[in-house]
Amino acid sequence: MDKRSDFKNLEHAAKHKQRIRNVLIYTFLTIWGLMVLFPFYWMVLTSLKSYGAYNSEFIPQLFTLSPTLQNYLDVFTSVPLADYLLNTLIFTLATTAIMLVVTVLAAFAFSRLEFRGKNLAFTLFLSLMMIPSELVIITNFVTVTELELRNTFMGLILPSVASVFYIYLLKENFSQIPDELYYAAKVDGTSDLKYLLKVMIPICKPTLITITILKVIECWNSYVWPRLITDDQAYFLVSNGIQEIRENGFGRENIPAMMAAVVVISVPLIVLFLIFRKKIMAGVSRGGMKG
Amino acid sequence: MKKQNFKGWLYLLPAIVFLGVFLVYPLIDVLIYSLEEGYNSASQTFFGIGLYNYAYVLQDPYFLQALQNTLILVVITVPLSTGIALLISVGLNAIRPLRNLYQTVYFLPYVTNTLAVGLVFMILFKPTAYTDGFVNLLINWFGGESVDFIDGPYWAKMFVLCFYTVWVVMPFKILILTGALASVNQTYYNAAKVDGTSRLRMFTKITLPMISPSVFYLIITGFIGAFKAYSDAVALFGTDLNAAGMNTIVGYVYDMLYGNSGGYPSYASAAAILLFAIVLTITCINLLVSRKHVHYH
Amino acid sequence: MNVTLQNLTKIYPSRDKKSGKEVVAVHDFTFEIPDGKLIGLLGPSGCGKSTTLNLLSGLQKPTGGRIFFGDEDVTDLPAENRGVGLVFQNYALYPHLTVLQNILFPLQNLKGKDKLSKEQMLEKAYDAARLVQIETLMDRKPSELSGGQQQRVAIARALVKMPRVLLLDEPLSNLDARLRLQTREELKRIQTQTGITTVFVTHDQEEAMSISDLIVVMKDGVVQQIGKPQEVYDDPANLFVAKFLGTPPINVFTGCVRDGQLYIGNAAVLDVPGAADQQVCVGIRPEGFIPDEQGALCCKLSGIEVMGRDISVVSTHDASENRTIRSIISAENKVDVTNPVIRFSLKPSKVFLFNESTHARVAFRAD
Repeated sequence: MDKRSDFKNLEHAAKHKQRIRNVLIYTFLTIWGLMVLFPFYWMVLTSLKSYGAYNSEFIPQLFTLSPTLQNYLDVFTSVPLADYLLNTLIFTLATTAIMLVVTVLAAFAFSRLEFRGKNLAFTLFLSLMMIPSELVIITNFVTVTELELRNTFMGLILPSVASVFYIYLLKENFSQIPDELYYAAKVDGTSDLKYLLKVMIPICKPTLITITILKVIECWNSYVWPRLITDDQAYFLVSNGIQEIRENGFGRENIPAMMAAVVVISVPLIVLFLIFRKKIMAGVSRGGMKG
Repeated sequence: MKKQNFKGWLYLLPAIVFLGVFLVYPLIDVLIYSLEEGYNSASQTFFGIGLYNYAYVLQDPYFLQALQNTLILVVITVPLSTGIALLISVGLNAIRPLRNLYQTVYFLPYVTNTLAVGLVFMILFKPTAYTDGFVNLLINWFGGESVDFIDGPYWAKMFVLCFYTVWVVMPFKILILTGALASVNQTYYNAAKVDGTSRLRMFTKITLPMISPSVFYLIITGFIGAFKAYSDAVALFGTDLNAAGMNTIVGYVYDMLYGNSGGYPSYASAAAILLFAIVLTITCINLLVSRKHVHYH
Repeated sequence: MNVTLQNLTKIYPSRDKKSGKEVVAVHDFTFEIPDGKLIGLLGPSGCGKSTTLNLLSGLQKPTGGRIFFGDEDVTDLPAENRGVGLVFQNYALYPHLTVLQNILFPLQNLKGKDKLSKEQMLEKAYDAARLVQIETLMDRKPSELSGGQQQRVAIARALVKMPRVLLLDEPLSNLDARLRLQTREELKRIQTQTGITTVFVTHDQEEAMSISDLIVVMKDGVVQQIGKPQEVYDDPANLFVAKFLGTPPINVFTGCVRDGQLYIGNAAVLDVPGAADQQVCVGIRPEGFIPDEQGALCCKLSGIEVMGRDISVVSTHDASENRTIRSIISAENKVDVTNPVIRFSLKPSKVFLFNESTHARVAFRAD
């Protein structure tokens, strides 16, 4: 009987420990969750405060009782945020579209077609993956300047349409399609291009979506190249735009209006993320990197 | 057969053109630039060939400042972010309810514009007209003295930069590590449990070796990423990083190329190649160390 | 260590929220496992045998009932405090550790007064390794071992801490056919040598029959029969057990009992004194057929397969539940394959009757 109650205690202690551990885990996870969310809260909150109210606070206020949308009006009227957004949209769509065409064609050649020098070419391609963009950006800057493509969409888009990594990713996926499908299509008289469009692309849609999502995120956030290549505000993307707004916008340091701009810039990607959450997370863990 | 050959190269052509013009040619060109002494971008002339550009960069105080900043950033943020991400992932792996919610929240920084959200961090740390800012409010609550994080002492600025960098790189690390942890076969834990293994021992002897390839991957990419830090600093301290004393190596390269002190592609090239050499060395060391400590299945 | 299961029950909450149907994995299992025996838990997949094993190991908690190791009630004891050794179906060897490190692993967990010195640990590890004959492989990684060797390492790891009870989950299912024969004898030897009460789970009746001291046949979480392998084979409690044991499997006919006579079709094939009149399923073991020109059971002959010592006769009958009837007869019998039919008389001890609706055994006096 004694032993029995011993075990009861042991079990009780184990349950108790488990509960304490759970509390600790949830506390820890919640703290980090708040750290992640708080900047977003602060950004929305500040964007709703009026310029006067924000600057006359003696203690930073954690909420506001008189929210105003004035800042959102300001960012579209006193600074050309709408133009920045439009530019970024054009830049993102054009870059992603051209990138997809280039990538699909190259991946198709590497995975499906037989031609002399293919293996050598592929090896060379792979070795290109090691080249850091910081190294080549210098010459690209000079090249684009000499071609007089500064402050044009061409200059913005062209250097970032070819990605070795995405070609590699897609080629691997294409290679998994059984050869029999290709031969079957050949026997039926299907051309290579038609086979690519009607069979390979539909089968590899998930990978193409992954690549598209990663490229869109990359484009929306790109800063360095646009900054180098544009000094005409008419061609600024959102990253440069927000920097410009920070340094020269509104004629004074208007932080609430700046936050409104930040909200406007951040919303599209966050919405995209919330819609395609699973796809984006799976895609990033397969081929994403930030840095 | 001839036709097939032609076709293959035709499909490759767009990729070859773009990569050739914007990746291969620049790579060669940047080496040449870095060796051309006294290059003048207006007249496109130079005096001679040699290592002068490297020598200049290496004794330029701005470069040394940038190098120091970058090294501090790397040494602090890589271990810190990997460690915290590991803790969070282990926590996430141990719970069931709310797990998806937490994962979604943790991923948010990945899909934000670094420049834009950096501004939010700036105003959290920056004093306003009549207050010392939100973070100082917290510090004051706990009885500390206010610090000017954005225009103040070096360590304070470095703290903000590290903090923001960790915040930005965390989603990727958590994502990779939770994936790695989830893929460890549950029977190993059952086997260990039957043998009376303590939780700590399970973690160090089973979990860590099993996920070591992922951890190692994160450390390598973390090093590479941190060495290339730039936009985070711009977001926090503005485009004139040299004035703020918070420049990074990549920032130095861009400033040399185009900026207030710009127009020196030779110096920029030399600095970029130095950065590449540093990253390459560190990666090689990492690979050597990992041979001993990483278990590949 | 004798192990007692008392009304052991495990119910899983329903996975499908809409239907809300719970799954009873183990239902009211009561059994006392005698000390030092090798017990085979046998049944088709999903019958609750693995759940029973997990309940014994402590990895899962029962919904009801109790488990005793000797006199100790271990029902609420977590796995780590039970002192059981567990061998997993896929062996669960730590891939990053060598064989020696794997075997040492459980010993290194001991704390306090149980803590061993390095020498003691090594000695125990080598003892266990010698027992399963892998002492020459100690520095290899699991990936460098064959399936059979991995299996031995897993057993050594389970044995090294001298468990009170050894549990094996489908220990032979990952091995190829030849290795399986060898290893099951090996298992029996190790068990006999150590004298540790051992429970193993399998879906392969031949495996269970060949090495177990006792077998437990389960179906849908309910124990069907417990007994020595030969007894269960010779005296199955119901149709399921009769069908599950034996290769080739038992032949089943529909028939009826009238006035102490067993009828298959219109022919009275056997005297079954003591059995009440009813519709029955008739199970006849392959070895229960005697070719007999006067025999009452008349089957259409399809062919024969000569297997050296025996002949396997393949035939059909309208009342047979199986597509073909397989009977094993001695090779001394001559069978004329040109005959369209073959007649059998039956060995009463190899014929079992089951109620047609409940499938429960219907007894009769065999003379």
